[in-house]
Amino acid sequence: MSVMDAMRRFLLLVTVPALLVAAWWAATANSTDFFWPPLSKILGTFGETWFDGRFTADVLPSLARLLAGYLLALVIGAGLGVAIGSVRVLRAFLEPVLEFFRAIPSPVLVPVLMLFAGIGNGMKVLVIVSGCVWPILLNTVEGVRALDEVLRDTARCYRMRPHSRLVHLVLRGASPRIAAGARQALSIGIILMVISEMFAASNGLGFTIIQFQRSFSIPQMWSGIILLGLIGIALSAVFHLVEARALNWYTGLRRSQRES
Amino acid sequence: MTAVPAHAAERGRGGRRHRPPPAWALGLAGLLCLTAVLELAPRAGLVRERFLPPFSEMVSALADQAGTGAFWHALLETLRGWAIGLAIATAAGIVLGIVIGGVPLLRAALSSTIEFLRPIPSVALIPLAVLLYGTEMRSTLLLVVYASFWQVLVQVLYGVQDVDPVARETARSYRFRPLTQVRTVLWPTALPYVLTGFRLGAAVALILEITGELVIGSPGLGKQIAVTQTSGAVASMYALVIVVGLIGVAVNAAARAAERQVLRWHPSVRGEAVS
Amino acid sequence: MTIESPGGPSAATALLDVQRLRKVYEGKGRGVEAVRDLTFTVGAGELVCIVGPSGAGKTTLLRCVAGLLNSTSGKVVLEGRTVTGPPPGMAVVFQEYGRSLFPWMTVRQNVERPLKEKRVPKAERQRLVAEALDAVGLAGSHDAHPWQLSGGMQQRVAIARAVAYEPHILLMDEPFAAVDAQTRADLEDLVRALWKRLGVTVLFVTHDIDESVYLGQRVIVLSNSPTVVLEEVPIDLPDERDQLTTRSAARFTELRGHVYRLVQRAKDGHRPQD
Repeated sequence: MSVMDAMRRFLLLVTVPALLVAAWWAATANSTDFFWPPLSKILGTFGETWFDGRFTADVLPSLARLLAGYLLALVIGAGLGVAIGSVRVLRAFLEPVLEFFRAIPSPVLVPVLMLFAGIGNGMKVLVIVSGCVWPILLNTVEGVRALDEVLRDTARCYRMRPHSRLVHLVLRGASPRIAAGARQALSIGIILMVISEMFAASNGLGFTIIQFQRSFSIPQMWSGIILLGLIGIALSAVFHLVEARALNWYTGLRRSQRES
Repeated sequence: MTAVPAHAAERGRGGRRHRPPPAWALGLAGLLCLTAVLELAPRAGLVRERFLPPFSEMVSALADQAGTGAFWHALLETLRGWAIGLAIATAAGIVLGIVIGGVPLLRAALSSTIEFLRPIPSVALIPLAVLLYGTEMRSTLLLVVYASFWQVLVQVLYGVQDVDPVARETARSYRFRPLTQVRTVLWPTALPYVLTGFRLGAAVALILEITGELVIGSPGLGKQIAVTQTSGAVASMYALVIVVGLIGVAVNAAARAAERQVLRWHPSVRGEAVS
Repeated sequence: MTIESPGGPSAATALLDVQRLRKVYEGKGRGVEAVRDLTFTVGAGELVCIVGPSGAGKTTLLRCVAGLLNSTSGKVVLEGRTVTGPPPGMAVVFQEYGRSLFPWMTVRQNVERPLKEKRVPKAERQRLVAEALDAVGLAGSHDAHPWQLSGGMQQRVAIARAVAYEPHILLMDEPFAAVDAQTRADLEDLVRALWKRLGVTVLFVTHDIDESVYLGQRVIVLSNSPTVVLEEVPIDLPDERDQLTTRSAARFTELRGHVYRLVQRAKDGHRPQD
């Protein structure tokens, strides 16, 4: 039965995307429009465009910067979030300031941070950190605030040490909210990875795609758009896997609460 | 319960425990500290003024900007692009969300597809937009609509899914026409979700509007920021960043206020808060 | 006031000594006096129930005893030391079983966590966990998560956690208020059995008059808020109790009636002369 179920789910998952791709293929099959080359031609250039040296020269550096910035933002955001969420006075003190920084559309930080950090890797990682950190930070604060009072009392009664209280009570308890923030941060991170490279760079995905567009290498440009899309889908799939594993207890808890 | 005066209560062991100042005062103090740091750090030589001019210089640069027509024009362009993009995305998200959510077969076939397409980053469309529309406003509009559309659509789908099956069956058994069903059963349930989608979409639309202007060079505050950056007018650049941030704060506050205003009469929020 | 009731131990042998406890919650400009003046003792190995009308400050009292709440004046002395925070050698079972267990831990991990905090060596820890879960009848649920269990079973996990901790005093705050009647009877017998087997001191707070008489060696009846002790009732029922014979015994009915009248009077605002 479960095999049949898996098959059904798989079919539902791929049918419509496959139809869309087929429609794209058919609509552009004999296209002579310069901007809309046939899909066959785009896919034909995909391999030589990206796997002939550019993968290590452009794609991997981009992804490495994204990973570095994202992980840093996760550590900083969750760390500060726990501190701010635990201390009421600190929270009231910082709330309007945080509200302001969160509201700044993060891409405008690219020119600002370029002043400080030039156009190297440091700037790009910094841009990604400074964009990703807000949703994680604010969600962590909310998560820590919403920790159950009885659970806190339980931890105190059994004299849990500060360190294990942090690990086993605060971080675990806030983890569903931290994950929600991390999910938002991931899509912001991808945007910033691309933007920072489009704005000023000498390598990277965003840089290369813009170069293709400026030199009117249209099929290559399209292949870049497709690659970006695939990266977005792949990263979100990885995120889902990690989240499902780490928050296994939370989905179960929610399900049992809904049923009762 | 018996009430006793606080001074009598405080006479006990707890003694003179003074209450912390109210939240708004602390928040104000936080903002003042931020401006003080922005003013003093460059003055004291902790940061070079070339990188971070004192806050007062940002303010005077802002005042200079406010005297020019170009600034107001750019502000207007940004708000216009944001509003048009958000309106299109909201309308499309609501209509498609109700159609897809209301037809079980469509929903089954498309819900996974939407999960599949949603993570495709909007900035991937930048080169395409530039090719199609150059640096016109439409270029950025494409990004804005694409990005905020998903926010609205996904929330509307959640909302439609949340409709009470009994209410749905009742409407069907009384042979309500499809549009009446939507109006009387679907829409009221989905409304809180639509508003959440609108709020999320409004924030994302602003991000993409500024991004488009900054990277593509379509008219607006983002373009002005890029111009001030390349011309080395650092104080003006910071002034514009502050303006953009304030617009962001205003957009968030307005969307939240609208949400509260509409939902005050809404039966579904009596119990729980909408996040 | 009846502080030195005939059944009560003298302060010298007392494990827990509550002296003139007073708690005022401070609000804006005025305070609300929840507990006015509470004095009582619990001897080592005793099982004492505290009963009172709802809103009698029972939970406030228990939180002060547990060191979760600072009293306004008076003090709580446990094993000769004044309580200022949660003391070692104390375990608490809360009413809200669904909220006092860590949902991200399995049953075993929930019971084991406090032992890890106490730095109990691993082999000893595993033995204690297994024994405690055995004792509450959950030997087969070690690897389940709390939310996969019924309410009564979740409260058993909380009791197992408290028992495995090997406390000198066990505080229970209306632990069975949220479970169904059948489960409740089972859990009451479980508490009696564990108490007798382990020799632990138990302070059991409840609003259920039958429960207090059935469980306790002594029942402390509280007035309504601001709370004082109304009377201490020694329960001279035989040590062997079971749901059927004990509850139908004439003496049980008598005691129950006595406590019932006291609580009824407390509800009507009767207080010992202040």
